[in-house]
Amino acid sequence: MPPEILIDDLSFSYPGGTRALDSISLSIEPAERVALVGPNGAGKSTLLLQLNGLLRPAQGRVLIGGLAVEEPHLGTIRARVGMLFQNPDDQLFNPRVFDDVAFGPLHMGLPADEVRARADAALQAVGMAAYAGHISHHLSLGQKKRAAIASVLSMSPSLLALDEPTSGLDPRARRQLIDLLAGMSVTLLCATHDMRMAAELFERTVIMDGGRVVADGPSARLLADEALLAAHGLEHP
Amino acid sequence: MHPLDALYAPPPAPPAMHAPDGFFAPWLSILGWVVLAVLIAVALRQTRSQLGERQVPLMGVLAAAIFAGQMLNFTIPGGTSGHLLGGALAAILLGPWAALLVMTAVIAVQGLVFQDGGLLVMGLNIINMGVITAFVGYFVHRPLSRLLKGTSGTLASAFVAAYLSMVVTAAFAAVELAVSGSSPLGFALPAMVGVHAIIGVGEGLLTIFALGFILAARPDVVQGAAAPGRRSAGFALAGLAAALAITLLAPFASPYPDGLERVAEVAASPAEVEIPPVGFTVPDQPRFFGAPGDAPYEVLPDYTVPLLGQSGIGTIAAGMIGVLVVFAVAWGAARLLRRTAHDGHARP
Amino acid sequence: MHIHIADAYHEAASPLHRLDARVKVPVALALILCISLAPTGVFGVYVAYFALIMALAVLARLEPGLVLRRSLVALPFAGAAAALIFTVPGQTLARVPLLSWAISVEGLLRFSSIVFKSLLAAQAAVLLLAVTRFTDTLWALGELRMPRTLVGIVSFMLRYLFVLADEAGRMARAREARSASLEDRQRRSILFEARTTGRMIGALIVRSIERSERVYNAMLARGYDGRSLALDAPPLPVRDVIAGLGVTLAAAAILAVSLL
Repeated sequence: MPPEILIDDLSFSYPGGTRALDSISLSIEPAERVALVGPNGAGKSTLLLQLNGLLRPAQGRVLIGGLAVEEPHLGTIRARVGMLFQNPDDQLFNPRVFDDVAFGPLHMGLPADEVRARADAALQAVGMAAYAGHISHHLSLGQKKRAAIASVLSMSPSLLALDEPTSGLDPRARRQLIDLLAGMSVTLLCATHDMRMAAELFERTVIMDGGRVVADGPSARLLADEALLAAHGLEHP
Repeated sequence: MHPLDALYAPPPAPPAMHAPDGFFAPWLSILGWVVLAVLIAVALRQTRSQLGERQVPLMGVLAAAIFAGQMLNFTIPGGTSGHLLGGALAAILLGPWAALLVMTAVIAVQGLVFQDGGLLVMGLNIINMGVITAFVGYFVHRPLSRLLKGTSGTLASAFVAAYLSMVVTAAFAAVELAVSGSSPLGFALPAMVGVHAIIGVGEGLLTIFALGFILAARPDVVQGAAAPGRRSAGFALAGLAAALAITLLAPFASPYPDGLERVAEVAASPAEVEIPPVGFTVPDQPRFFGAPGDAPYEVLPDYTVPLLGQSGIGTIAAGMIGVLVVFAVAWGAARLLRRTAHDGHARP
Repeated sequence: MHIHIADAYHEAASPLHRLDARVKVPVALALILCISLAPTGVFGVYVAYFALIMALAVLARLEPGLVLRRSLVALPFAGAAAALIFTVPGQTLARVPLLSWAISVEGLLRFSSIVFKSLLAAQAAVLLLAVTRFTDTLWALGELRMPRTLVGIVSFMLRYLFVLADEAGRMARAREARSASLEDRQRRSILFEARTTGRMIGALIVRSIERSERVYNAMLARGYDGRSLALDAPPLPVRDVIAGLGVTLAAAAILAVSLL
């Protein structure tokens, strides 16, 4: 069974010259839960955007479930990789919650009743079934994040790529989100500054700094290594 | 009025632009819808080839920005406030076709959500506030900014383009009102054009400062405004000419009997009939439910004298002189700015 | 903090609210068209339409005063038509003292007809907007063959309208906070005001463009390929169609009687 994510010697620079990713190699197995930590500018978000082809490598390659992230597989890959962006407002772009959750399966070409069934199931899974007809603008940040998760869950992804999921959440909403993620069986790759969540939910941690992977191992070990953390601008949870 | 107040009240519109139902004749309103439908179809094709897949989110969110921008008013000493319409600005940024779609969205939401502007007349309102402003704005800005060169040239051209967009659309609206029999041309044209000759200054200023900010922050956006191809430009000008022709010539297309009826009235009792600068047919004595033989003369009011009476020609002449004055001022300002600006290398 | 822009929808549970939007929108337009076609000076017609609208308002559980009040937005525009009082030829009723303008009966009839008709049309619009959520109106327009791309544009606009209005509010507040000195207030010329407001508009536009780029990415991530798709619509309830036809026929009948 191929790795869920295989990143092979990946390099990428933004137009303008900043080298954002430098020879990254990484392998993640199905159902693994990996936290991606590092200071701002380390390249965490940039790496996530490579997973579904929103950014393309200058060098190296990315394989999701054995498939190369390029045409003609992009449709399949984008259904497989459920991406949660930092700002849920960017991701909930329909007036009503239900329309956003139905958007993914609809664009997968599924028949109407299946689209509706999946949307209902996804909203149930995140505890937002009562909000299906609500206008996204009226939701709290925590509700928006859960709605955004539903909008990718309805596509039945095998991997969730999350960018700072707990940022901005109050303790209760944060707890709800962590519990929600804890109950999931899909592969998780999560860029985060929330070190306590990293320690709690993710058995493996990858530390990035300056566009490179500087450490990769069990969270229990890495997150206890204060010297290592401090060297890369991080704090012990 | 405090600028924040605008954010808690329904978005105010430039005066006399969001016409409610009842002021444009039904036949003209329907014609407006037909013309708009054609223009929208062309616009959708054009924007798909210019902007590609990103057209929907780009134009949609920009429409929200224009709408929100319309709500930001600025106080004018003297107690009033002014604010942006935005058609010219949108056209300078995205080209006339995308601007047309953006303004359509803005005006549609204003009418259908906030009840600003009528529903039957919405086609005409969109043509006035979204099509004419966008096309005048674009086709004035493009050649002018090439002529004047540099960032200051672009900005000065934007002022003229935005100013003219207001004046021209006011003239169109006045003609539409007159053709509909809702207001005599001798009143509507000078009133609308006169008012918008002043409001246009506000539009020009806001456009110039907004564009200046955008050029500094994201110059690629303005450069990315793809030029419409020669063919579509021709299409646009043809469309505008057709619209202009229709509104000006419609009065002369009156059915013969109405004209005869009018002549009969004058012949019957000349002393009692006043001849105004622009004539209208007169209804029979009013009855509770109407008299037999009453034609729906609302549909095609006839005119007994040429559309442009003495006052009309005078107004148009005054308007043209005003335009030339504005142009000259803008040209002078552009030259002045170019001498003092550092950005000789910036391209429009 | 949310800015609340007052929209025209009025929540209630009424037969009109429950009607399919695909019926309500065309019927409202038909009603407005009939009103617009009504001849000048036949005041009985206006009374009949008013009665029809008030009946519908009661059916919609709206207080009649609300419908009347909201329709007054059409009044300011009447200024443009006021000139008709003096210019329409006909029987002179009176003369304005200093100007020797003749007020004609026909001019007054013409003017008042326009005013009444525009008020009635506005009331019909108030009815429609009060009983139909805009998201439903937009959906109905898409079902009624409005181009889906345009529906998409309006949909996005609606979604981000409040977000951008909030941003505009924040910028306006920040501007106020920074310009606290009395001196500044006095110095405010129109140029200064226009420059500050213009820059805020420019900032809104830049932010909106950047947001649209992020949104576009999010759309791609969920499989967007440029097509504007929609879930298939439920069938049109026959009862709603009959109700709609009923209202349309009533409006047409009033018009027909007036033209006879």
